[in-house]
Amino acid sequence: MNMVNAINNALDIKMAEDKSVIVYGEDVGVEGGVFRVTEGLQKKHGVERIFDSPLAESGLAGTAVGMAAAGLRPIIEMQFSGFSYPAFNQIISHVSRMHNRSRGKYKQAIVIRMPYGGGINALEHHSESAEAIWGHIPGLKVVIPSNPHDAKGLLISSIESEDPVIYMEPKRIYRAIKQEVEESKFAVPIGKAKVIHKGEDITLVAYGAMIREAQKAAALAKKEGISVEIIDLRTIYPIDRETIAESIKKTGRIITVTEAPKAFGVSAEISAIANEEAFLFLEAPPKRVAGFDTIVPLPKGEHHYLQTAEKILYEIIRTVKY
Amino acid sequence: MFKEYNPIKKKRLQIIDNDGKVINQKLMPKLDDKQLIKAYKDMLFARTADLMIVNYQRQGRIYTYPPNYGQEAISGAVAQIMRDDDWLVPAFREMGAYLAKGASLKELFIYFMGYEDGSLFKNAKNFLPISVPISSQLLHASGIGYEINYNNKDQIVYTFVGDGGTSEGDFHEALNFAGVWKAPVIFIVQNNQYGISTPFKMQTASDGIAIKALAYGIEGIQVDGNDFFAMYKAVEESAKHASGGNGPVLIEAVTYRKGAHTTSDDPTKYRTKEEEEKWDETDPLKRLKAYLIANKLWSEKEEEKIVPQYKKEIDRQFIEAENYGEYALEDVFKFMYTEMPQDIKNQMMEHEKFLKWKEARS
Ligand SMILES: Cc1ncc(C[n+]2csc(CCOP(=O)(O)OP(=O)(O)O)c2C)c(N)n1
Repeated sequence: MNMVNAINNALDIKMAEDKSVIVYGEDVGVEGGVFRVTEGLQKKHGVERIFDSPLAESGLAGTAVGMAAAGLRPIIEMQFSGFSYPAFNQIISHVSRMHNRSRGKYKQAIVIRMPYGGGINALEHHSESAEAIWGHIPGLKVVIPSNPHDAKGLLISSIESEDPVIYMEPKRIYRAIKQEVEESKFAVPIGKAKVIHKGEDITLVAYGAMIREAQKAAALAKKEGISVEIIDLRTIYPIDRETIAESIKKTGRIITVTEAPKAFGVSAEISAIANEEAFLFLEAPPKRVAGFDTIVPLPKGEHHYLQTAEKILYEIIRTVKY
Repeated sequence: MFKEYNPIKKKRLQIIDNDGKVINQKLMPKLDDKQLIKAYKDMLFARTADLMIVNYQRQGRIYTYPPNYGQEAISGAVAQIMRDDDWLVPAFREMGAYLAKGASLKELFIYFMGYEDGSLFKNAKNFLPISVPISSQLLHASGIGYEINYNNKDQIVYTFVGDGGTSEGDFHEALNFAGVWKAPVIFIVQNNQYGISTPFKMQTASDGIAIKALAYGIEGIQVDGNDFFAMYKAVEESAKHASGGNGPVLIEAVTYRKGAHTTSDDPTKYRTKEEEEKWDETDPLKRLKAYLIANKLWSEKEEEKIVPQYKKEIDRQFIEAENYGEYALEDVFKFMYTEMPQDIKNQMMEHEKFLKWKEARS
C-alpha cells in the first residue's frame, strides 16, 4: 500500500465498523477527492455517509461541530491545508473548545484531514506546512504520518479519539512510499514518537515528508563517520517529550527538521524540550533546519526553500563539530 | 432592464439563439461593426491561447493551468466595457478580462511557469493578482468600491467568482458589504455548472445565483453567459447602474466549463459526453461567429488567416516566458516586507553560506 491506499483503507474499516462515522468535503464523494484518497468509498458506503459538500470550509468545520455534539463522528477533508483557513474560526472557537465549554457534556470526536506540504510544483497556497498553527491551539490533537503503515494506524486512532484531531497528510509522499500494510485493523497510538533509526552522535527529529530527507542525511553522515539517531515525531500534539529527551541524553545533540517556517514553529518547541528536559546532557545548542520565514515560493523558486539531505548534513557536521 | 429581469421572475437574459439569430431585438446592444469584430477577435485570441496553454502543459512546459474554454463571452463582454481606470479583481478563469486590462500573455505564462513575478502585470492598471483561495477576492472588491465612493471617483470594480465560490461565506459578506455601502462593484458569477467535480445542484438548493442578490438589497440578473450580446447588455447596464451611485450588481453568467477544471483534472470521472455535447451547441464563439457571418462582418477565410498569426504571437510570448531566467534566492525574501527584517536577512545569509559549503564539497 502507498499512503493514499492506507488512508483509504483506514476510512473504509472505520466506516464499515461504525455507522456514526460520516465523511464529507469538497469533491470527496463521486470523484473520490482531488488526490483520490476517498476513491470508491461512496460506492461502497453510500451517499448518506460519504458525500460532496458545498465549497465552504467554515461550513465543513461548523457542521462537524454540530454533528459531533449530536453524537456522530464526522471526518472532514480540507482539500489543501492552505484552504483550511476559512474554517479557522470554527476550529479555534468551537472544535477545540466545545468539550471544555460544556464541561465534558459535548464531545468533539472530529477528524479534520488535510494534505499539506511542498515539493509538488503547485500554485500558491498548495505548498505550506501550518502544523504549528494547529499545535498552538489548546484542545486539538495534531498528527502527521510519514509512511503508509503509520498513516493507517494513526488514522484509526484519530477516528477513535474522543477529542478532535487535525490529521495532516504529507501529499508529496502520498504515492512515493510503498509498504506491506496489514489489511485488518490496527492502531498506532497518538502521542507516541518512534525511534526509526538508532544512532549515537546526534538526534534528528522530523516528521511527514522530512523523514525521507532525514534518512538520506543520516546515510550521508555515516560516510563522514557520524552516527545519527532519527525520531519520527508522528504526533505534533500531545508531543512525546520522553522519547525526545531520552535520545538527547544518549547523543547530546539535537537537530529538528521541518518544512514549516522556523519562527515559532515545532522546531522551536523541540529545542525548548531539549533545554527543559536534557539541558545538562547537551554538548551543542539545539539546532533547527527549517523553512525560511517566508511564503513558500512558486515552483521555480521552491528548491531554495525545501529542506534537503545536504542542508541537514551541513547542520549535522556543524553541530557535531561545535 | 433590471426590473424586467428581476430574478424572482426566473427569466434569463438572452439576445441571440444558438445559431446566432437575434431573438430579442429590443435589448440588442448598440455596437458598431468595428466593435463587434474586435470583440470576436478578442475572444478568438483568448481561446486560441487557452487551447495552446493546455498543450504546453501536456508537453511539460508549464504547470497546472485552469482552462477558460467555453467561457470566453463573459470576459469578452467585460473586455469591451471596462475602462482603463476601472478595477479588475480576478479569480483565475477570466483571461480575456486580464488581457483587456493590459496584462500580457507572457506575464500569465511566467505566473503559471512558477514565478511570483508573473503576478506583477506591469502595464495593467488597477488589476489585483490572481486569487487562489476561492471567493476571498470578492471582499477586496467591496473594499475598493468603498474607496471609490469615499474619494468620489468615477470608477467601477469588476470582480469574478465561480458557482462553487458562491457557497463560501466571503461571497455573502462581500455582497452584503457592497450593498450596505452602495459600492460600485459588479460581481460576476461564472456559473459553469461545476466546482471541480461538484455539480451546481450540490452547491445550493436555490435554482440560480442571481436571486441571491435580492436578499442583499442589490440588483441581480441571470444572463446566458455564452451569448456575447446578452453579456454585453448586462455589463453595460450594470456599469451604468453602479456609476450612477445605485450600488452593486450581481450578474450570474450561465455557462459551461468545456475543458477540465485544471490540467490535473479528469472530467470523465463525473460528467457525461452527452452533457458536454449538449452544451457544445451553446458555444459562445460559434454563436457570435454565426451572427457575424450572417451580417457579412466575418468569414471562415478571415479566421483561417488570423488564427495562425495568433498562434505565432502566442508562441513567441511563450518562448520569451520560457527564457525568463533564474529564480534568484533573494526573490524568495525581497517582497516579504517593505523593509527586510534583520532576522530574515540572516536566514538568507545563512543559506548562502550553506550553498558555498555545498559547492566546495562537490
Ligand atoms: C478556499 C478554497 N477552497 C478550496 C479550493 C480548491 N479549489 C480550487 S478551484 C475549486 C473549485 C472552484 O469552483 P468554482 O468556484 O465553481 O469555480 P471554477 O473553478 O468552476 O471556475 C476548488 C474547490 C480553493 N482554491 N480555495
